[in-house]
Amino acid sequence: MRREPRVKTLRIDDCDCAGREDQTVLDVARENNIRIPTLCQINGLTNVGSCRMCLVEVKGVPKLLTACTTMVWEGMKVVTNSERLHEYRKMILELFFAERNHICAICVANRSCELQALALELGVDHIRYPYLYQALEIDSTHDKFVLDHNRCILCTRCIRACSEIEGANTLGMMRRGVNDKVITDLNQPWGESRTCTSCGKCVNVCPVGAIYEKGLSRTESRREHTFLPYLTIMRGER
Amino acid sequence: MRERNKARVATVWLDGCSGCHMSIFDMDDRLLELKDRIELVYSPLVDAKDYPKDVDVALVEGCIGNEEQRKFAHTMRASTKTFVSLGDCAVTSNIVAYRNPFKMHDVIHRAFIENSEGEIVLPQEDVPPLLPFAVPIHEIIDVDVYIPGCPPSADLIHYTLVELLEGRHPDIKNRFG
Ligand code: SF4
Ligand code: SF4
Ligand code: SF4
Ligand code: FES
Repeated sequence: MRREPRVKTLRIDDCDCAGREDQTVLDVARENNIRIPTLCQINGLTNVGSCRMCLVEVKGVPKLLTACTTMVWEGMKVVTNSERLHEYRKMILELFFAERNHICAICVANRSCELQALALELGVDHIRYPYLYQALEIDSTHDKFVLDHNRCILCTRCIRACSEIEGANTLGMMRRGVNDKVITDLNQPWGESRTCTSCGKCVNVCPVGAIYEKGLSRTESRREHTFLPYLTIMRGER
Repeated sequence: MRERNKARVATVWLDGCSGCHMSIFDMDDRLLELKDRIELVYSPLVDAKDYPKDVDVALVEGCIGNEEQRKFAHTMRASTKTFVSLGDCAVTSNIVAYRNPFKMHDVIHRAFIENSEGEIVLPQEDVPPLLPFAVPIHEIIDVDVYIPGCPPSADLIHYTLVELLEGRHPDIKNRFG
């Protein structure tokens, strides 16, 4: 027998809210127009909680929780915007910039980039950490797309879109931590991939300028996100 | 001669393309208004050899890519009240950082041997040695104000200068790039 999801009441900042038990803190916050910054989360794909931008404080829980992967519970008290959270979010953003080679002035995603926009929103006006200046590759072997590892923030959105929506499972991740790398098939050049269908879903979900379409100028290469929620509906989930 | 009641301002061009200075020019007629409030004591535009003492505001374009600039940064810092990193090159090292993932030897080889026509001369004297990385200024010295942007707009530079002249700390919100 199908059980109706239960409703939970909770407090997010100054707002007394209600949410279904299968909703995340982020879902309920958004329904109530409470802004929590996010980066790896995108509607239509599974939430993995990898970027840590959406960290929130929950009363009685000693560690910070990611709003995008924490389900609501009864009586929960959530703080989304303390000075401490703001400082951590800035640190996370700065580490993204310091880890790879982001040169916004010449980037395809300049002015449509979610990392850049968050830096602006949270007041990151310089990077306090020394840059790593890693020598990273650019894979331009694919007919239509380019993968520039210099700008990848390892959010795995492309991997999830490729697997959960397109079902091609071309994209994956190898190694760990700062050595993480998005790979195609078994770390072959993308152009040699036999699983890639060239659908371009990865291009459209990438929050930064790491995957882009060849031969398009910055203004032409706008990302199209809106198709994702529809695809999940068509897939019959919710 | 020191001009009374005028703020002593320097503009400096380090490892950058001069685009940020072009943006300073873009203030157009507002430069004429500023002229009554500031004395330009050091700049690519004025004939001053050494960085002067008691500079109130320094607007510095470009990052730090060689030994001379590194030393100069310390000199500037010691004589400057408010040090402003102007533009992405100063703030993030921007396009200049393109060379950073490469080894210094390769960079020099590329510039002076691969790309040279005719006689190959490796720089020995007169040219300051490169640092292994071109770095944002704040990796070398303390910076007081950051203006991201490549280049930042004339409006933003004007706003920053006026705020500083009024003794306020400018509240700068501008994206990289
Ligand atoms: S991906 Fe975003 S943050 Fe990185 S260089 Fe491009 S515009 Fe800048
Ligand atoms: S390529 Fe883009 S979407 Fe894929 S992990 Fe990197 S930043 Fe995320
Ligand atoms: S920030 Fe941009 S405009 Fe300014 S010096 Fe650097 S490249 Fe030129
Ligand atoms: S958006 Fe929640 S961890 Fe990335």
